[in-house]
Amino acid sequence: MSKLTRRAFITTGLLAGGGLVVGIAMRPGNQVKGLAAKLGDSGADLVHTYVKIDSDNVVTAIIPHAEMGQGVQTALGQMLAEELDADWDQVKMEEAPAIGEYAMYAAGRRYLLAGIDFPNLVIPTVDGMMMRVADTLNMQITGGSMSVRTTGFLAMRTAGAATRQLLQQAAADSWGVPVAEVLTENSHLIHRATNRREPYAAFAAEVAEMTPSYTPTFKDPADYKIVGTHKPRHDIPAKVDGSVKFSMDVQLPNMVYATVVRSPVTGGSVVEIDDQAARAIAGVVDVIVIPATTVNNMLGDTVSGESVAVVADSYWSANKAIKELKIQWSEVGFEAVSSDGIFAQFERDISAGTDRQTDRVQGEPSPAFSGAARIVDADYHVPFLAHTCMEPLNATADVRDGRCEVWIGCQNPLGFRRDIAISLGMDAENVTLHNHSMGGGFGRKARPDWALQVAHLSKVVGRPVQLIWSREEDVRQDFYRPAVQSRFRAALDEQGNVLAWENTYTNKNEPIEAPLIPYAIPAQDIGYVSSPVYVPFGAWRSVDHSQHGFFTESFIDELANAAGKDSFEFRAELLKDNPRHLAVLNKAAEEAQWNRPLPAGRGRGISLQEAFGSIVAQVVEVSVVNGDVSVDRVVAVIDAGIAVAPDGIAAQLESGIIYGLTAALHGEITIEKGAVVQGNFDDYKAVRMNEAPNIETHVINSGHDIGGAGEPGTPGIAPALVNAVFNATGTRVRQLPLSRFDLNYQVEETGAVG
Amino acid sequence: MSTSFWVNGDQQTVDVDPSKPLLWVIREQLALTGTKFGCGIAQCGACTVHIDGVAMRSCVTPVSAVAGKQVTTIEGLRPASDELHPLQQAWIDHQVPQCGYCQSGQLMSASALLASNPNPSDSDIDVAMQGNICRCGMYGRIRSAIKSVDSAGMVAQADEKLFYNVGGADHV
Repeated sequence: MSKLTRRAFITTGLLAGGGLVVGIAMRPGNQVKGLAAKLGDSGADLVHTYVKIDSDNVVTAIIPHAEMGQGVQTALGQMLAEELDADWDQVKMEEAPAIGEYAMYAAGRRYLLAGIDFPNLVIPTVDGMMMRVADTLNMQITGGSMSVRTTGFLAMRTAGAATRQLLQQAAADSWGVPVAEVLTENSHLIHRATNRREPYAAFAAEVAEMTPSYTPTFKDPADYKIVGTHKPRHDIPAKVDGSVKFSMDVQLPNMVYATVVRSPVTGGSVVEIDDQAARAIAGVVDVIVIPATTVNNMLGDTVSGESVAVVADSYWSANKAIKELKIQWSEVGFEAVSSDGIFAQFERDISAGTDRQTDRVQGEPSPAFSGAARIVDADYHVPFLAHTCMEPLNATADVRDGRCEVWIGCQNPLGFRRDIAISLGMDAENVTLHNHSMGGGFGRKARPDWALQVAHLSKVVGRPVQLIWSREEDVRQDFYRPAVQSRFRAALDEQGNVLAWENTYTNKNEPIEAPLIPYAIPAQDIGYVSSPVYVPFGAWRSVDHSQHGFFTESFIDELANAAGKDSFEFRAELLKDNPRHLAVLNKAAEEAQWNRPLPAGRGRGISLQEAFGSIVAQVVEVSVVNGDVSVDRVVAVIDAGIAVAPDGIAAQLESGIIYGLTAALHGEITIEKGAVVQGNFDDYKAVRMNEAPNIETHVINSGHDIGGAGEPGTPGIAPALVNAVFNATGTRVRQLPLSRFDLNYQVEETGAVG
Repeated sequence: MSTSFWVNGDQQTVDVDPSKPLLWVIREQLALTGTKFGCGIAQCGACTVHIDGVAMRSCVTPVSAVAGKQVTTIEGLRPASDELHPLQQAWIDHQVPQCGYCQSGQLMSASALLASNPNPSDSDIDVAMQGNICRCGMYGRIRSAIKSVDSAGMVAQADEKLFYNVGGADHV
């Protein structure tokens, strides 16, 4: 099976769509009329694809991104409102519907055509083309820490500025004054000479007939009043009183509940079912086999094996009954696979250099190693991880009369709609998808497998079905963060300068730059071997950075130690030509009081990570008592370029750190007999209040290009943690999770030998 | 078989299997959906409600166990329809929720804590709150928000500086 990364698929999509996009008539500049009908609103004028203005002068920003906790809808609203000069107290945000008009052309422009500086003249054509490509690819994905960077920077700002220009033009025409004299402020149009002041709403109807510019004039960031300031998130009040509606909170007349089970070994199908005991449970309506499906989107193939569902009058009855099913699953050939076997395979393939490809080769590594005063080598590895969103996968569907209505919380509403339509054999226009706030996403909810299950069930039973996965199913049928092994070798001279860095790891995914290092090491050879594993792969918060951040930032610490140098100063020395990285690193060391001595049994570690266009440094302080590690303090500094929503960035940093800390301390999915062993929070633990460190965040508003916020906090915590453990104990941890590591034993061993 | 109990001050009588967990009765029979399902085995705390004032996991509490008792869910936490519980206000001030899915349970655990211990120490908070997982990792904000409520139930004004420090770059 060919492996399609997000990046590769976008490229393929562009090429495949090339014939389509080249002679395509551009979408008309004003799409508002047709769209207004689809939004089904009354009483508000849709003045731009992304903007509505109602008669009370309330501005609604229509946000083509899903909310999974990251606060993106508020941040994107800020970007639009800023350029629109809107009155923030009268701005609302609503999520765009899952229809083609809200496909993400901006992401396409950013990623497909990255680095191309288009003259303004062709931007309408380029955007029109990207719109078509995005629509064709059903791109409406929230992920990759890209919402603010792409949709915000390219689309929401443009929408705000273009709408403001139209409002100014409409007012100028109406008032008979030069447009240059019409000012905007707090959702009002102003003409000082004639002492006129009218709300935007007064001209909304006119503006809805006009064609917005693709290339409006943007504000000077120095004039920002909304972007860069603390605006409380619009979604939070409903999250403190239980009123926010997740998809599981949908209740429809005549609705039944379902839960599912799939083969413990991925890919198995049903050979035989004995459902007699299950059907005897009170309230059970039916037992249904859901066929296997394969769908393809930007994330690659989503292959979902056959599953068996119990439909009942209550989730509780369905869950009770599913445990009574006796299912014989077909053998697929992976029944003997274990985690130990997978790591043995990694070891073998790295040693053999199986089909090694390179990410970066520079300088001349070979002579550096042969002339080295000292060579340091180490192997690292990390296990598979599940996502465990707080909200187990669930969705509600009503498939009747050739139409399908779905209530779900997902990271790709438009793609899901298409996939559901294909699986039901319907046109996408006959599928309506209501996207809800997600109880976490972390990459899992970009895969549509459970949406296809619920659509099938409703079609079979002919009434609304709410499908809820048990937590055990959620843990055992995930698309996992891959296990990886990474081997390093470095050459140092007599003075402890690093001459060469060599790294070989298993299985490349994305982003492609994840294994690269920012340090000025003259000779580098970074590459990967192919060591395929059948365990399903999925994007997991920060994707490949989650493994490589741990590997590279731990190994650079080993080199500092080998060179007899301070971990911070060693890094700083190698970052002399990277002032932005250096500033972040320096800030973290300063805020953490890096040189302040710590008592015995405590340790301090540092890491630096560039990911998704942002740079993060972390300093961790730990205590190690009787082999037990507690994380006392984390100082985290981020430069995410222009800080659109500073508290949102800080919150994402805190969140990413705890997510990464859970993985570092506890996270491990193990495979035995081909199946996932863990099943719930008792054996797949999460960091809890008593383990959560005090996190001090610092946001550097550097004014550089906007970076991502949702993911960059995650990779750096594990290496800073193990570097701190090394500082405290002298023991180097090269595999995660830390809870599997016997520091007592290691410490005693070191002491006995020394 | 019918079971009667009080939910948010109203008497409710449901005719369900007495072993059905309170969580699913609250959600399916009473249509109070603020209480969440997260694990089903009392490990995550998303389903936390008060039973006679004590924070309990409704996913493992059979409805028969609450017969005649007072159950409070997140929908009943506010003292009046136009008034928030001090912790709810503190949650907003400190911008605690991200995805929000665990927050009903967090608030029910925190409010039970404050009801019995108006000035909890850090270790009191650790003990009372460690049954509630937040996968968005907002523990620091939860702790700050709890501490911002004084023993009279007043919420201290949240200081933005509590959350983050924003500075310009010194290298550009």
